[in-house]
Amino acid sequence: MSTSKPIVIAHDLIKRYGSLTAVNKINFQIEPGTCYGFLGPNGAGKTTVMRMIYCVTPLNSGSLTVNGLDVMSNMSEVKRGIGVVTQDDSLDYDLNVLNNLLVYARYYDLPKTQALHRANELIEFFQLEEKRLENVRALSGGMKRRLQIARALINKPNILILDEPSTGLDPQARHHVWAKCHELIEQGVTLLLTTHYMDEAEQLCDRLAVMDRGNIIAENSPWELIKKEVSPQVVEVRADGKQRTRILERLKANISDHEELSDRLLLYTEDATALYTDIQAMALPLKTLLTRRSSMEDVFLKLTGRGLID
Amino acid sequence: MQTPKVSFRAARRVWQRNATVYKRTWKLNILPNFFEPFLYLLGMGIGLGAYINEMQGIRYIEFIAPGLLISSIMWGATLETTYNVFVKMNFDRIYDGILSTPVNPKDLALGELLWGATRGSLYGGAFFSILFLFGMGLHWGILLILPLLFIIGFMFATIGLLFTSFIKEIELFNYFFTLFLTPLFLFSGIFFPLTELPALVQTIAWFTPLYHGVELSRGIFLQKWSLDLLWHFCWILVVTGLNTALVLRTIHGRLYR
Repeated sequence: MSTSKPIVIAHDLIKRYGSLTAVNKINFQIEPGTCYGFLGPNGAGKTTVMRMIYCVTPLNSGSLTVNGLDVMSNMSEVKRGIGVVTQDDSLDYDLNVLNNLLVYARYYDLPKTQALHRANELIEFFQLEEKRLENVRALSGGMKRRLQIARALINKPNILILDEPSTGLDPQARHHVWAKCHELIEQGVTLLLTTHYMDEAEQLCDRLAVMDRGNIIAENSPWELIKKEVSPQVVEVRADGKQRTRILERLKANISDHEELSDRLLLYTEDATALYTDIQAMALPLKTLLTRRSSMEDVFLKLTGRGLID
Repeated sequence: MQTPKVSFRAARRVWQRNATVYKRTWKLNILPNFFEPFLYLLGMGIGLGAYINEMQGIRYIEFIAPGLLISSIMWGATLETTYNVFVKMNFDRIYDGILSTPVNPKDLALGELLWGATRGSLYGGAFFSILFLFGMGLHWGILLILPLLFIIGFMFATIGLLFTSFIKEIELFNYFFTLFLTPLFLFSGIFFPLTELPALVQTIAWFTPLYHGVELSRGIFLQKWSLDLLWHFCWILVVTGLNTALVLRTIHGRLYR
């Protein structure tokens, strides 16, 4: 796979809205058959990047090719090869489940019989058989999201774009969506997703671009990012400022890095168990003391110096 | 920057989407279209006609019917490309879904214009069939009115969509309907000939779309064939063409940014 040509190539991509620079000269390449994620808070520019890839937002400068085609001069052709699941549900509420798929198939000029065959296949794959002829309004949040993904796959795209695929879903529905995503990757579909959920990024992505204020501030595999940007383990302390300062002063030598949040102190270390024992030995009045594996959230805090702002 | 060419095939897909939605409720939808002309003719033609026996030498009902027919197309087509398009664009997010397929903004706009013209034609067609029942326009020349239903529908669809492409708040349509369409409805020669009014009014009327449709329709209904009819028709074609080119651009600008 490393020998194949990148399926998406972005070079010095810039997008401005008036005085706001939504995307600030970013570069990235996406290998076919992988899952590539854009992680970042709202307003980081993730959705704008996606919109440029599926040709609904023009670039101000730079170049962007998808499936070897320039997005600015081959809009329809580029879109033919991409399936899109937008952040806000864009299903057609005037139509039932089956017709949502069939009408969508028409936009891709799929012949009628082929469209019906494909629609039924997708209804089955996403377990929507019981709702086949129901109006979209009758679907739960998770079903709507599944239908949106199904709809995006109607033309068998080799790229599937998911803009915040699990936002607003309950845990079961989230896991269902993730499972389907894994199956699609196995089928060879290249997945592009944006998320502000760390667990989602870790679950699905082979590579991650961490975005903040229009820039890509780090890019790597989730595991490498954690390894590189923070130590693999964290000790989390909840306590008032005075106690936190005492811990920091006493144990400075044992920690590789730390992050102070409003209510917590995060201590990154190679050996969490030892640090945990050391803090316990200080016998301070702490609200919580725990050790855990480092997560993408820690990477994000480390990289941006601030919490995720929603 | 070059923008992609309009694709009629893609525009047809958008038209088909609307037709699929319409098919579900068309029986409920189309019924009022038959009552409306009936009520107009009853109220204005027969009620008002009892006081106004003749207008320009014909029965009042026959004077107003051809113009009312055209106004029904105007209401039908603009309703489609104003409120309905606005809702699809901003509230239901249907266009977000459509534009992520090979359909581009200009194709989408053309599809909506064709659909607006279709809805206008349906309004006009229903109206026309009632007139026929009332015994109006019983001559072969009346066939000319049929393509006109669509062309005039298309013209008003472009006018509605142009307004829609500029506004951000749905409330602004009140201005469009009250300050633009209602005056057109009242002062385009449907209810009284403009020849009695000051020259300035006639000059203004010449620049408005409904007036030409009304004149054309009345000429055809009453078989008053003259070169004037051809000019009215040319006016409609030119304005429709220019407006189409303009509105495809404004919609593209609105949806591709």
